[in-house]
Amino acid sequence: MRWEPVIGIEVHVELLTDSKMFCGCAVGFGAEPNTNVCPTCLGLPGALPVTNRAAIESIMAIGLALNCEVSPRSVFHRKNYFYADLPKNYQISQFDNPVCTGGYLDVEVEGASHRVGIERAHMEEDTGKSTHVGAGGRIHAAESTLLDFNRSGVPLVEIVSRPEIRSAEEARAYAQELRSVVVELGVSDARLEEGSMRFDANVSIRPQGSTDLGTKVEVKNMNSFRSLERAVEHEIARQIGLVDSGGKVVMETRHWDEEAGVTHSMRTKEGSSDYRYFVEPDLVPMVLDREWVRQIQETLPELPASRRERYRRDGLGDALAGVLAAADPALRHIYEDAVTVGADPKAAANWVTGDVIAWLRRRELDPIELQLDGAALAELVGMVGEGRISSSAAKDVLDGVLSGEGRPAEVAETRDLIQISDRASLETLVAEVLAANPKAVEGYRGGDEKVVGFLVGQVMRATQGKADPRMVDELLREQLLA
Amino acid sequence: MSPMPSVVEAGRWLRDGETTAVRLLEGALQRAANCEAQIHAFLTIDRERALETAARADADLADGIDRGPLHGIPIALKDNMCTRGVETTAASQILAGYRPPYDATVVSRLGEGGAVVVGKTNLDEFAMGSSTENSAYGPTFNPWDITRVPGGSSGGSAAAVAVGSSVAALGSDTGGSIRQPAALCGVVGMKPTYGTVSRYGLIAFASSLDQIGPLTRTVEDSALTLEVIWGHDPLDATSYSGDYPDPKAGLDRGVAGLRVGVVKELSGEGYEPAVESAMGEMVSRLEGAGVEVVEVSLPSFEIALSAYYLIAPAECSANLARFDGIRYGHRGQGSTTEGLMSRTRAEGFGPEVTRRILLGTYALSAGYYEAFYGQAQRVRAAIQEDFTRAYQQVDVLVSPTSPTVAFAAGERTANPLAMYLSDICTIPSNLAGHPAISVPVGLDSQGLPIGFQVMAPPLGEEVMYQVAAEVERFAGFELAPTLQEVAS
Amino acid sequence: MPVEIDIEHVARLARLDLSAEELEGYKDQLGLILEHAARVQSLDAEPHAENAHPLGLFNSFRDDVVLPSLDRDEVLAAAPETAEGYFVVPPAMEGE
Repeated sequence: MRWEPVIGIEVHVELLTDSKMFCGCAVGFGAEPNTNVCPTCLGLPGALPVTNRAAIESIMAIGLALNCEVSPRSVFHRKNYFYADLPKNYQISQFDNPVCTGGYLDVEVEGASHRVGIERAHMEEDTGKSTHVGAGGRIHAAESTLLDFNRSGVPLVEIVSRPEIRSAEEARAYAQELRSVVVELGVSDARLEEGSMRFDANVSIRPQGSTDLGTKVEVKNMNSFRSLERAVEHEIARQIGLVDSGGKVVMETRHWDEEAGVTHSMRTKEGSSDYRYFVEPDLVPMVLDREWVRQIQETLPELPASRRERYRRDGLGDALAGVLAAADPALRHIYEDAVTVGADPKAAANWVTGDVIAWLRRRELDPIELQLDGAALAELVGMVGEGRISSSAAKDVLDGVLSGEGRPAEVAETRDLIQISDRASLETLVAEVLAANPKAVEGYRGGDEKVVGFLVGQVMRATQGKADPRMVDELLREQLLA
Repeated sequence: MSPMPSVVEAGRWLRDGETTAVRLLEGALQRAANCEAQIHAFLTIDRERALETAARADADLADGIDRGPLHGIPIALKDNMCTRGVETTAASQILAGYRPPYDATVVSRLGEGGAVVVGKTNLDEFAMGSSTENSAYGPTFNPWDITRVPGGSSGGSAAAVAVGSSVAALGSDTGGSIRQPAALCGVVGMKPTYGTVSRYGLIAFASSLDQIGPLTRTVEDSALTLEVIWGHDPLDATSYSGDYPDPKAGLDRGVAGLRVGVVKELSGEGYEPAVESAMGEMVSRLEGAGVEVVEVSLPSFEIALSAYYLIAPAECSANLARFDGIRYGHRGQGSTTEGLMSRTRAEGFGPEVTRRILLGTYALSAGYYEAFYGQAQRVRAAIQEDFTRAYQQVDVLVSPTSPTVAFAAGERTANPLAMYLSDICTIPSNLAGHPAISVPVGLDSQGLPIGFQVMAPPLGEEVMYQVAAEVERFAGFELAPTLQEVAS
Repeated sequence: MPVEIDIEHVARLARLDLSAEELEGYKDQLGLILEHAARVQSLDAEPHAENAHPLGLFNSFRDDVVLPSLDRDEVLAAAPETAEGYFVVPPAMEGE
């Protein structure tokens, strides 16, 4: 039987607000343990939560960017479960009335676009952090657990996809696209290594053509896009292997072991979890009216997908459009300004994504430190197009511009890189070269085309590479045929 | 016993220079010293801190700084309100020795108002109970008869005001926990409109029902104290930020022309004859004063108690989940986190709290949520609707505060349901979030106080106090518990 | 109508380590209370919007402003066990 994988992804994104979700403690990575804590995020007796407006506006922006419906009325629930790093032993989260429902995200896999449905995006608070100390740092072998509540109460958005992802590659593309969206929105730094973006995958298989859903397995602990792809790939293969050999997939949570490249069953909890959700009585409902939604909509930046599409319409190929769309905003602005003043888009994009980035890397500089504007890039592209400088000379000119030596024309001038394209003087030079190389001339007339290259080389050498090679070629042929 | 002054009297004496805040406090402390052995109203008295605050209040007054009606007045706090650096236990073993790192908003407001906190009063553990017998630190007894309960859960606050160990006190009322002990101890107890007094720093029992309010000797004292503690608090998301009524505005207005509804469902079986006759007598007096009296029916009240004993435990099961032995309080032994938490909680909570946690956990659990918690919420909505309908007809509703006078200590401890019935008259106002007040109207043949309850629509504190003041005038009740002082 | 109660499951959910005897006692009491509480089922009513607040409050937000946190020493002073700025507990038996 042929099997079709069915994958849904749950993504958690920490928001970049200044203060926490329900209290005024600072949000920040890397502070001394238990220094960004207060009665509310420590769950002290008597403390109460008050919702951070900026967090709600951030999730509204995420929802709108993902084409979701923003609920006109939304409430928080308490999700009850005991865990050492959950100070109140309930999490303020959302249950049947989340802020965002029913959207989608278009992702590209091998040049083809797939639409992945978004079930919902809801607002919640993060937990504290447990550090298990003891043999090997493994949970089961831990001797004790250290608790730091700095992260407790950091605003967290959970984005749940529909089970509409069909391959590990698509799962990865979805997660990457989602990351670029939240980063573009400026609502999260979505750093996987710091845990400000985390994902779980729900994987099941079903016979090709079936519309039923198989038994799903939740896979956790992937901390890079690559490990997400590998884990899903592995889990699909594991399930197919299991079923093909007469086994049965059981509903469970599995832990991805990055080193071994396999998933392990996590010890299942006795009895199923029962979160006993009920409406959070310490908070009041949120009314997210149309006017507020419209205001948020107006602040949305252009998203990666639409930018890619726009770059394609500029005439860039899929690959170049993709690279540029994902590039640093400072670089994209240089490109866009250059195109606005008439630069050839493809050439401008190639400069920005190629030599400019390479130069930055060599100097270990950030794009915002660049001394290059769109007009300068357009000038450079124009000079190459018009043959005023050769493409290799153009790299020198760029280096000069980026090093602050002046505008491209000035740099070409001072670095003596302007091509000789004065027809009269080149004609004289060509005549001299022909006179000095009678053998070659003879060879050409005998039908040897290759000597043209040799003769061009001679002219270029005589001009120290500054002659316009196309014009030299043209003049040589003219005189050889005369 | 020489009577303790009211807030109003004490305030006058202070400003006339007839007494000082320090002397008032010393009087209260002396009374406490003489009565505590018999009634056990307090869990903590921080004498030094209180004397310091009183001295500052005196110095301020001398400098012409007058912080208002509670300036220099001794006030007791129910021990479920957080006081920075002062032990706050909610009468639970699980919080033995706990000193909060912050003040509840009401505590800050009292401080800004110049009040002098005498100490922290006893309560049923986590405010769960109607007799103050569920305290991990031993029960409080009724100053009118020390073989009886003071009511609860704010029994310590009620008893302290009744004997004059404090001029006024704060309690919290989730299902009647201010009004019922006030009735049983012969003082005035008031639960404000939900959302008008900040809950920040009140150790939560049931968040959607809890409300802090005053216990005082007089109706006017109640209004004055309320004005100090209420108002919008940005730290409490359920706190009301609109316009507040003036609770004093109607105190001297009389009641002529008002329409008063007598709640049909809060009478009959289970109500002591003395309570019913005191109630009937007061209603007649009001009628004689020009009130239009109407009997009104609020059918949902019949199942209010049932709804309450699902909603309150459900919320409490989550609110008390944080007591796990990790960040503060008692810790039990365990080799795993779960083991440690489960032991901590089994050891730290008393039987009534354990019972309610189990009850609430059950009512919210998969398979039972709809039939119990979900349905209870619908009853709650029905109660709000019944109230709304009634208030189209009348200005206030009246009933007994409690179906009985103070009952004997130990009488109901073995029968939770009988204990729960003590709150039958007070619970509807909590479920609806409306204001209500209990005013003492007399004594039964055994010399035990009887409370009369006035309920009003949300933010109806003005008319509520207007009626309560008239009830107080008619009753002419004398707060003189028969407790024999024992010199310490 | 007797109410069915899996008291061990409920106690486990609530993290209460009670003896078999205690559980039995609570089960009986809960049965009685729930029988009374089941009267709520006599109400025939439509589901309602979940806003119990009598003043119909909504949108109580705070601005995204950082306020001072607590002093760590004061926070940790209340804890039964701490080490190097952390709260300490025995290991979890299992992952979340």
